[in-house]
Amino acid sequence: MIDYWNANWSTMVVDMQQHLAMVLASLGIALMIAIVLIALLMRRPNWLNGLVYFFSLLYSVPSFAFFAMLLPISGLGMRSAIIVLTVYCEYVLLRTFITGIQGIDPALVEVAQGMGMTRRQAFMKVQLPLALPAIFSGLQVALASMMGIATIAATINAGGLGQLLFEGLQTQQTVPLLWGTILTIALTLICAGVLKMIEWALTHRWKAALAKN
Amino acid sequence: MTKPIIQFKHVQKSFGANQVIPDLNFTINQGELVTILGSSGSGKTTTLKMINGLWQPSAGQVLIDGQPIDQLDLVQLRRHMGYVVQQIGLFPHMTIAENIAVVPKMLGWDQERIQQRVNELLELVQLDPTKYAHRYPNQLSGGQQQRIGVARALAVNPPYVLFDEPFGALDAVTRLELQKEVKRIHESLQDKTFLFVTHDINEALYLGQRVMVMNKGQIEQFATPEDIVTQPATSFVKELLGTQQQNRDLWRQYHD
Amino acid sequence: MFSQIIHYFQTDSGQYWQYVWQHIYLSFGTLVIAMVIAFPLGYLGSKIKPVATFCTAFAQVLRIIPSLALLFLLIPYIGTGTLPALIALIVLALPPLLINTILGFNEVDPTYREVGQALGMNNRQLRHQIEIPLALPYILNGIKLALVEIIASATLATYIGAGGLGTLIFTGLGLYDMTYVVIGGVSVALLSLLSMVGFDLLIRRIRRHDQTNYSI
Repeated sequence: MIDYWNANWSTMVVDMQQHLAMVLASLGIALMIAIVLIALLMRRPNWLNGLVYFFSLLYSVPSFAFFAMLLPISGLGMRSAIIVLTVYCEYVLLRTFITGIQGIDPALVEVAQGMGMTRRQAFMKVQLPLALPAIFSGLQVALASMMGIATIAATINAGGLGQLLFEGLQTQQTVPLLWGTILTIALTLICAGVLKMIEWALTHRWKAALAKN
Repeated sequence: MTKPIIQFKHVQKSFGANQVIPDLNFTINQGELVTILGSSGSGKTTTLKMINGLWQPSAGQVLIDGQPIDQLDLVQLRRHMGYVVQQIGLFPHMTIAENIAVVPKMLGWDQERIQQRVNELLELVQLDPTKYAHRYPNQLSGGQQQRIGVARALAVNPPYVLFDEPFGALDAVTRLELQKEVKRIHESLQDKTFLFVTHDINEALYLGQRVMVMNKGQIEQFATPEDIVTQPATSFVKELLGTQQQNRDLWRQYHD
Repeated sequence: MFSQIIHYFQTDSGQYWQYVWQHIYLSFGTLVIAMVIAFPLGYLGSKIKPVATFCTAFAQVLRIIPSLALLFLLIPYIGTGTLPALIALIVLALPPLLINTILGFNEVDPTYREVGQALGMNNRQLRHQIEIPLALPYILNGIKLALVEIIASATLATYIGAGGLGTLIFTGLGLYDMTYVVIGGVSVALLSLLSMVGFDLLIRRIRRHDQTNYSI
């Protein structure tokens, strides 16, 4: 294992960078789209539900097939990979965000408006902060599955840690396979840890108060 | 010195095909503490929510300080209209001080003024500011939370405060204590109009300078507590007082 | 490319249908076996705490191991071919089934159980008339999630020699022939969409009178 690392560490670092870039780019894009969609369609729950169902169908399309279908359109490489990952993320994020926002006691929103908040203010000051735990759990789920699916992107020359897996498969060696697996898991855990820290920084004060009761 | 401040003129309200209020007319004067008494479905909460514009009447007019409500900026209006609700409605992610400061912040008060006001209000509702200002709502008892609810409603010294069954979920002892508090606060503040919705006849008669008895979206009687007790206007009011009488008889029976 | 696709179907439709059949056979075989394992285990998990802890830990670990890595890593132990693919897919299908079965039974309000007992139901009657119907929405949800995972991983199972529609994509990528890639991709997509829509209709039928609010 160590020998393999010594011989190949520079390519492996590149693989990790590509992997991280793919996942973070798609997560970031999906997050922005989700916020825009929810802000625009907040008051049209039927449209939102329809949209979520649409994305749930896309989500059920296997990634290998999705990559394949995009090839004639956006070609080989990371661009196709990011498109597919973004679509998957979008479904997970939309669903969890909506559930999170709908789970907030509607009386609180009414009180906020009764106190003279505009809809925007009620959304920014009450609904959004209270939905943060749900939003972060959505990001966590999306992160873990995108890290896994991104390995498959190696089939369309998008690079990433999947390359180590395929190398292991083709050369019938366990070592690159193990490295690919371990590095993917490590990357997932590190990113999940960072997300947890951000969430903690944003919500620990009032959540600790909630937990005591 | 009686100045009409809240007026309903032929107000009608329906939700879909369901008519909750057929034709409502009344006037409330500045500085009054009026209680609205009714059972669930009587239209009392609907009436209250039409005063701060959370709901719009289907027909008729609501006048605030002589101006039709549909010509007012609702957001501005609500910032000058305190609002206390039964579900307590304190924001769980904000401290007590932050909860009280919501409206002052929106009105752009400076930090020092907000701080001072928070302390003032906490003292008004008899909670020690040094002890409670930086706690979160869930760390307080139900009664304490509702005191904060009242303090928050008074934050910017609004000319009107609306109470929507604020003490419905509290135990009897805490409830009595808070009723006294509300009465004291109303007496200590000049010219504040309080509108208090309740389904508890004791609460309505104890607190109200005038009591509006509602049933099926209509006013059965709108008079002082004395008048209501001595001269009930309709059979509905009589029946309502009857249950009260029954209670009292029961007490007497056990005390003798 | 369109004419090439037509040409493929004219000359090789036998092979095509064989791939489709392999894919369906593998997917639904996996689903049935995984359900047979997961339901009793999940039910036990809702009654016995350590079983639930074990199942949850198992699911958590699998969640962060990429499916692709798992498929490849199992090759040295179980070899290649249809049976190994079946085993690997079952492992991948278990987490959503287990988690949702446990969740479903745990969510049954104990009051209903008590009322059932008060009416004189024995354990078996309690299970069949109260617990299973109330846990059903969650269980169906778990099946749906498992199905998504299975069809997706079955596409990848071509790499461990299980055939199926993934083979077309794999071959096409190797030869850089878009005809195969597109036929494979679209067929897999259609297969998964049809299963999803079919399953949603089934859930809707079952849930007609059910007010429970849940989502995937």
